[in-house]
Amino acid sequence: MTLREVQEILEAEVFFGHDQLGMEVKTAFGADLMSDVLAFAKAGSLLLTGLTNPQIVRTSDVLDIAAIIIVRGKSPLPETIRLAEELNIPILGTKYILFETVGRLYMKGIVGCIEKVSDKRDFS
Amino acid sequence: MISHETVIYENSFSLEGRTFKNAGYISRQVKTLLQRMKLSKEVARRAAIVTYEAEINICSYAERGKIILQVTPKRIIIEAIDEGQGIADIKLAMKEGYSTATEKIRHMGFGAGMGLSNIKNFSDFFHITSKVGKGTHLKMIIRI
Repeated sequence: MTLREVQEILEAEVFFGHDQLGMEVKTAFGADLMSDVLAFAKAGSLLLTGLTNPQIVRTSDVLDIAAIIIVRGKSPLPETIRLAEELNIPILGTKYILFETVGRLYMKGIVGCIEKVSDKRDFS
Repeated sequence: MISHETVIYENSFSLEGRTFKNAGYISRQVKTLLQRMKLSKEVARRAAIVTYEAEINICSYAERGKIILQVTPKRIIIEAIDEGQGIADIKLAMKEGYSTATEKIRHMGFGAGMGLSNIKNFSDFFHITSKVGKGTHLKMIIRI
């Protein structure tokens, strides 16, 4: 689905990236621990998180995350938005809690970027 | 182990410790450089991930540090050298889930005890040495 459809499903506010809502997304990873995001999230996925600091953008940048969705009605810090603009990563916010955000997207076809953790190394 | 290889690119980056102000700045530069060299997306991404994890460690636990990037025709060598508290038990620190992170570090979303094992997983070669009260030296190699 497109990021625009994600935005509509989540009734999300777009903090940055209005011009990128046409991008296609298929997978997502949800976590508040950037350490876990770095270990498990795959390129091209949405990042669903409750954190609002600039490290969510840095983490997304190194991992080639497609877009960031901040959950639980929080707003990104001003320096987070500035960094998202600099690195050109869309950043949206929804009032839904993480569980509801995930459930609503999953029902419409977005799946996890991995199903389970595995012992095998996978760099994608 | 790389003496027979020509270093085609080398750069060193300094990083202030005990603050997250610039965390991620070096990994962005490393990624941009590697992308300009037309290396594969996967290689650039892995190099950026291990550099970023190393940056987070310096920002979390060291007074200051530097990251040295070397590129040869066959591999990327990244070293992270810091002056800081060092690691008393490396085997324990390598264990997933083990962490000595403070509240401040956890507040940023780090300190879950995944960093060093993640660096190892994303590298083809990983070596760590550390002296308590002196600092830590990480060496990562990624094959091109």
